[in-house]
Amino acid sequence: MENVIEMRHITKVFPGIIANDDVTIELRKGEIHALLGENGAGKSTLMSVLFGLYQPEKGEILKNGHVVQINNPNDANNLGIGMVHQHFKLVHNFTVLENIVLGAEDTKHGFLYMKNARKKVEEISQRYNLKVDCDALISDITVGMQQRVEIIKMLYRDNEVLIFDEPTAVLTPQEIEELMQIMRDLAKEGKSILFITHKLNEIKEVADRCTVLRKGKYIGTIDVATTTKEEMSEMMVGRKINLTTEKTESHPTDDILVVKNLSVSKKGHKNPVNNISFSVRKGEIVCIAGIDGNGQTELVQAITGLMPILNGTILLNGKDITHASIRQRNVSGISHIPEDRHKHGLILDYPLSYNLVLQRYFEPQFSQHGFLKFEEIEKYSEKLIEQYDIRSGQGSKTIARSMSGGNQQKAIIAREIDKNPDCLIAVQPTRGLDVGAIEYIHKQIIRERDEGKAVLLVSLELDEVMNLSDRILVIYEGEIVGEFNPKEITVQELGLYMAGSKRGDTNEKAV
Amino acid sequence: MSDILFLFQQTMFFFIPLLIVALGGLFSERSGIINIALEGMMIIGAFAGIFFIHFFQQSMDPQICLLVALLIAGLSGTLFALFHAIASINMKADQTISGTALNMFAPAFCIFVARLVQQTQQVEFSNTFRITKVPVLGDIPFIGEFLFQNTYITNFLGILILVLSWLILYKTRFGLRLRSCGELPQAADSAGINVYKIRYAGTLISGFLAGMGGLIFIVPTSTNFNADVAGYGFLALAVLIFGQWKPWHIAGAAFFFGFMKTIASAGLPFLASLSIPNYFYKITPYVATLIVLAFTSKNSAAPRAEGEPFDKGKR
Ligand SMILES: Nc1ncnc2c1ncn2[C@@H]1O[C@H](COP(=O)(O)OP(=O)(O)OP(=O)(O)O)[C@@H](O)[C@H]1O
Ligand SMILES: [Mg+2]
Repeated sequence: MENVIEMRHITKVFPGIIANDDVTIELRKGEIHALLGENGAGKSTLMSVLFGLYQPEKGEILKNGHVVQINNPNDANNLGIGMVHQHFKLVHNFTVLENIVLGAEDTKHGFLYMKNARKKVEEISQRYNLKVDCDALISDITVGMQQRVEIIKMLYRDNEVLIFDEPTAVLTPQEIEELMQIMRDLAKEGKSILFITHKLNEIKEVADRCTVLRKGKYIGTIDVATTTKEEMSEMMVGRKINLTTEKTESHPTDDILVVKNLSVSKKGHKNPVNNISFSVRKGEIVCIAGIDGNGQTELVQAITGLMPILNGTILLNGKDITHASIRQRNVSGISHIPEDRHKHGLILDYPLSYNLVLQRYFEPQFSQHGFLKFEEIEKYSEKLIEQYDIRSGQGSKTIARSMSGGNQQKAIIAREIDKNPDCLIAVQPTRGLDVGAIEYIHKQIIRERDEGKAVLLVSLELDEVMNLSDRILVIYEGEIVGEFNPKEITVQELGLYMAGSKRGDTNEKAV
Repeated sequence: MSDILFLFQQTMFFFIPLLIVALGGLFSERSGIINIALEGMMIIGAFAGIFFIHFFQQSMDPQICLLVALLIAGLSGTLFALFHAIASINMKADQTISGTALNMFAPAFCIFVARLVQQTQQVEFSNTFRITKVPVLGDIPFIGEFLFQNTYITNFLGILILVLSWLILYKTRFGLRLRSCGELPQAADSAGINVYKIRYAGTLISGFLAGMGGLIFIVPTSTNFNADVAGYGFLALAVLIFGQWKPWHIAGAAFFFGFMKTIASAGLPFLASLSIPNYFYKITPYVATLIVLAFTSKNSAAPRAEGEPFDKGKR
């Protein structure tokens, strides 16, 4: 079969790290080719080289058998190569249509001419079942929708090589299902797809072949149909991985976090959180399960103080923290692994070490008479980097922005867990992490529980919900519609509650 | 009636230059480059323009002379803006510092050159540019009196620039690309747009408009130029912010400030009998600026990538 793209012996070096070390990869026409590797293995870097964002130090790229020079995304576009980035590149105050045509606009008499573009976009949406509203502003549409815009952007330019960098990390299970179908359709039409993901299930489901990278090096390319998930993960990490989590029975005791009749309002909408009551006890993991957008974000932001509440009370260790400041909540024992790591988790232009002490820099350990103790901060950050295996180019000094997505996440988790909280609130803690890291994080969360912490977990992934939780609360349209023991409910049944087609009367019991 | 007419025409003297300079700021900031050097660009533009008028006024038709002077003012503003562009785009300097440096340089340079050429630092000129009455249009009742009598060609130019700016920013390919560079240059870059070029264009257009605005401010309100535009460049920045980085809002904001300025310099004829001390009128524009900015800067619509040097590798 012919190769559309060949990347031969690519080497790309960043300060302090060889992100790609002599990597070779071949993409056949019409195939879906997965790229698998740990966080920081160099997947995004390799794809950015193909898309012309980075120039490799060594190596060459072939398109249809001819050596090509890709100096910038423009060259990539001209060669029919398009990319959906791990963090989308959409202008927030432009409409969907404006974002799609940007850089490839039609004009008539010197003015923008959108009519043909609109028609073409509508054709593409029809053909691949990618519904979008051309006139909506990017800031008003969901992440899943934004991704569709990115996909249409590629198709609008008639690209035939499509790169997807972790497209599923930000999607709900339903959206993932749809995306898989879209990818299959695209491949059937003769497009060739490079697909980065950490989820072995997804690779099994759609990919034909899979190339594995480890610490920047090429490990091998395998045929997906004849390789098991265990084999793939072993190739990627270099050791055996336990894909299911083991944990003992929980023995919860006193209430740590108590939420009573909490409501949050939103201008022009019904209350995203409506009269919710529940508690999380010492030594248990309570999971809020639900489809994205049913009030999870608002609930967590209300508890952590990021969002004002309408009414209700929040108690931590029996103390009323309803109106406490964020700092007060932090120091009185709440840890928060936020949903949006860029917005609420990190200061992207600060070095890693500062990010690791963001909520603690004022403690005597890290400052004295109002001056920071840089050595202590450095020492502490080295400790966390070591302990949590946070990989980056320059250790403590690495600017957070330059770190790989998964390692940014690990940094946040390290910071929040090491704060030794009474109550750990984790929203999608393993989003974008590789299987090895997930295994590690899950172990940490269970250890926290066993040490007598209260853990509130919000996850969209049912596997994670079923594996980790001791108690499941299902949230639907801002209300808790059921409370379950994970051992006594099936995934299917849980799905029905999450979709709102079933409703339990367990709401009272949850208090 | 004649009071209102008087206030209106006075307001135009302040409104038009503020509008043009703020629109200049708009082009630069929408492309992602903070332009605090508007003041300096105005000074350079006014200086070059007035110098030209000073020497060639006698030998030319006044309107032609003014038009050529405007062109010269614009071009020297552009040249001056080139320094800002090189510093902030190629050398990735801090844009506020680069702008401040230019602001300090401009008046000093003008005084130096003026003294070199003619001993005194003031450059004299005589105002022969007023149009008493536009033929035909000036005869329309009411409207004619307001818009087409005792006016300057620059008033029409200002309105033309406003309309053009809006068209360019929102209706052309260049405008779409310019705005994308100010919001998320990475998006523009991955769509194959040359962010550096666009930012150059934005900054240079800004210099052209600010330079021209400087001359437009001086011509109707003075008879000499003394290396100073009375902080109008900074007021234009306030107009830009109050106008939320949008052309029509900027026009509204510029009119508001222009009116305030008129009150400051002329007082309100209706209130003459109250004998309010002059100082109160004088501080109104500045107090208004403070109040307005305090209330509007909260829901700021500033371009998101403004002030950030573009870094290709940034993720
Ligand atoms: N622009 C950059 N400057 C400096 N270092 C960088 C830059 N981009 C990537 N790196 C480093 O190169 C390594 C590879 O990063 P890359 O983003 O390719 O990893 P990845 O395989 O995509 O990981 P993840 O699964 O977490 O997204 C990381 O250690 C990262 O810190
Ligand atoms: Mg990546």
